[in-house]
Amino acid sequence: MHKNVVFQHRWLPYLLIAPQLLIVLAFFYWPALQAVWQSFLLQDAFGLSTTFVGFENYVELIRQPEYFGAVIRTFVFSALIAGSSLSFALLLAVMADKPLSGSTVYRTLLIWPYAVAPAVAGVLWIFMLHPSLGMVARGLRALGLDWNPLLNGNHAMILVVLAAAWKQISYNFLFFLAGLQSIPKSVLEAAAIDGAGPMRRFWTVTFPLLTPTIFFLIVVNIVYAFFDTFGIIDAMTGGGPAKATETLVYKVYLDGLLGGNLGSSAAQSVLLMMMVIVLTAIQFRYVERKVTY
Amino acid sequence: MANVTLRNVRKTYPGGFEAIKGIDVAVGDGQFCVLVGPSGCGKSTLLRMVAGLETISSGEIEIGERVVNTIEPADRDIAMVFQNYALYPHMTVYNNMAYGLRNRGMPKPEIEQRVREAARILEIEALLDRKPRQLSGGQRQRVAMGRAIVRQPKVFLFDEPLSNLDAKLRIAMRVEIRKLQRRLATTSIYVTHDQLEAMTLADILVVMNGGVVEQIGSPLEVYHRPATTFVASFIGAPPMNLIALEGSELRRQLGDHGDATTLGIRPEDLTLTSGDAGDGGLALKLRVDAVERVGPESFVYGRPGDHQGEAEIIVRVAGEHTPALGEHVLAVASRAKLHLFGRDGRRLEP
Repeated sequence: MHKNVVFQHRWLPYLLIAPQLLIVLAFFYWPALQAVWQSFLLQDAFGLSTTFVGFENYVELIRQPEYFGAVIRTFVFSALIAGSSLSFALLLAVMADKPLSGSTVYRTLLIWPYAVAPAVAGVLWIFMLHPSLGMVARGLRALGLDWNPLLNGNHAMILVVLAAAWKQISYNFLFFLAGLQSIPKSVLEAAAIDGAGPMRRFWTVTFPLLTPTIFFLIVVNIVYAFFDTFGIIDAMTGGGPAKATETLVYKVYLDGLLGGNLGSSAAQSVLLMMMVIVLTAIQFRYVERKVTY
Repeated sequence: MANVTLRNVRKTYPGGFEAIKGIDVAVGDGQFCVLVGPSGCGKSTLLRMVAGLETISSGEIEIGERVVNTIEPADRDIAMVFQNYALYPHMTVYNNMAYGLRNRGMPKPEIEQRVREAARILEIEALLDRKPRQLSGGQRQRVAMGRAIVRQPKVFLFDEPLSNLDAKLRIAMRVEIRKLQRRLATTSIYVTHDQLEAMTLADILVVMNGGVVEQIGSPLEVYHRPATTFVASFIGAPPMNLIALEGSELRRQLGDHGDATTLGIRPEDLTLTSGDAGDGGLALKLRVDAVERVGPESFVYGRPGDHQGEAEIIVRVAGEHTPALGEHVLAVASRAKLHLFGRDGRRLEP
C-alpha cells in the first residue's frame, strides 16, 4: 500500500516542509544545542568570564545529594500523577461509555478542565485547600487533620499532585473513551454469553484490549508530569516548603534563572531531555509492536 | 437438547419504533431453524432477543420448557456465533474456546479435553496457540464455531456467520455447519439474508419481512407454495415472475381466476415453444431483451411484446441454446404451475 508521490519540481518538497522545519530549528534544535554547549561552560558569579570545563557540571550534579533527591521526587510525583489521573479517568470513561441520555453534555463537561491554564488550575485548588482560606481545608481540620501544605512537605506534594492530575484527567478520559468505543460491542456480548459478569468482563476483556491506550497514556502523563507541571508548581508552592515540591524542571528554573548557575542548569536540562528521549523511544517501539494486539 | 418457542414476541424501541410485531415460532428439539429476510426485517433483533442481548417488550421466549424473558444471556444455556466472529483478540485460540468454560468454573483437565475435542472436530488443532489476528477468515469462523460447541449448550444461535467469507468458502462452511449440527443434534437458530443459504440449511424456514413472519414451513414447502408475493419474490433465484393481472389480457387467458390480482410463475416453469400452452395454462408472447448464460442453464429476459410498460419476465432454459436478442418467442406454462395472489398479496388456494 505504499504510494510514492513524485514531485515534478525539484525544490517543491523542501519548500513545503520548510515552515515546519524552520520552527523546529528555531524553537527546539537551536536552544537545545545552546543548552548542550552551555552545559560544558562555567561562568563566574558576575557573568564576566566563561570557561570551558567539559563534563565538570555533570559530575558536580551527580555528586550532589540534592539533585538525586529531586530525581526521586520527580519520579514519585510523576507516578502519583499518572496513577491517580489514569485510574480516575478510566473510571469516568467506563461510566460515560454506558448508553445514557444526555451523554454528549456530560462528556463535554468532563473534557473542559483540559482547557484551564495550569496556573489557573493551581489557584483554583489553592482556594479550596489553602490552610486559612480554603473551604476543603476547613473541613479537613474539622475532621481533626492538621492540614497545612504551607508547612508540611507531604501535604504540599498532595496538593500539587491533585491539581496536576485533575488537569490531566480530561485528556486521559478522551483517550479512554475512544479506546472503549473501539472495542467491538459483539466481543463484550460474546463474553456475556460466555458467562462473564460485568466485573470479570472488564478485567478479562475490556482492560487487556485497552492496554495499548493505557501504555500510551502512561508515557504522555509522565512527560506531562516532568515538564508541563511547571506552571502549577510555580503558582501553588514555588517548589517549597523546603524543596518538598521541587521537581527537576523546577530545579532547572531555580538554579539557572534565580541561582544564576547557568552551566549546572543547562546540564540538568540536557539530562532531562535525554530522559524524555528515552521515554519516547520506548513508547514508539512498544506502540509499534503492540498496537494490534 | 431443547425446544425453542416464541409466543407473540414483540420488540418496541424507546422511540416507538416497532421492530418485531408479534412473532410465533416453534423450533423442535434438534431442529435447524433459519430466519431469513431482507436487511432491516428484524431477524437479527429477534435472534438477539433469544440470546438475551435485547430485551423483550412483550410475549414469551421459552428455551427447553423454561421462560427466559428475564434470564441473563449467560444463564440461558445458549451459544452464539457472531457475524464478525467476535473472537477475543488478545487471547489465543485455545483461550478463546476455554474462556466460557473457565467462567463456569469447570476443572482444568475437563476444559482441556473439551477444547481438544472441539478443535479436532473443526480441524483447528494446529492453530490452538495462535491469536485471532494470525488467522484467515475461514479459520476465525471455525474458532467461533469451536467456542460455541465446547460449551455443549442447549441452543446454537448464528447471526449471519458466513457473510464475511468469500463465495467459495461460504459454500464449504455452509455444508460443514449443516453436518456439524446434524452430528451434535443441537437445536439451532440461524439468521441470514441469503435465500440460498436459508434453503440449504433449514429444517424450518421462517421468512420475515418488516417485523412480521410472512411464512413458516419446510424449505421446499415455502418454495413450491409461497404464502405471499413477498415470499414468492424473495425465495428462489432468479425470483418468481410476478405479473399484475389488472388490465392485462392474461385475465382472459386464465378464465376463472377468482379474486387474483397477481399471477406468479417461476422461471423454470416457463417453457419456450413455437406452439401454444394447450391445457388452459399460460402463454406469453415475449420479445427477448437479454440473455444470461451460466453454463448448465441460461436465463432469457423478455417483455410481453404488446405491452411496453409491463414487467420483465425471466425464463430459465436448460443448456446454452437460447433465442437471439430481439427475437419474438412464446413462453408457456401449465395451469398447475401458476401461483395466484389476491389483492392483499396473500396466496389464493388454487
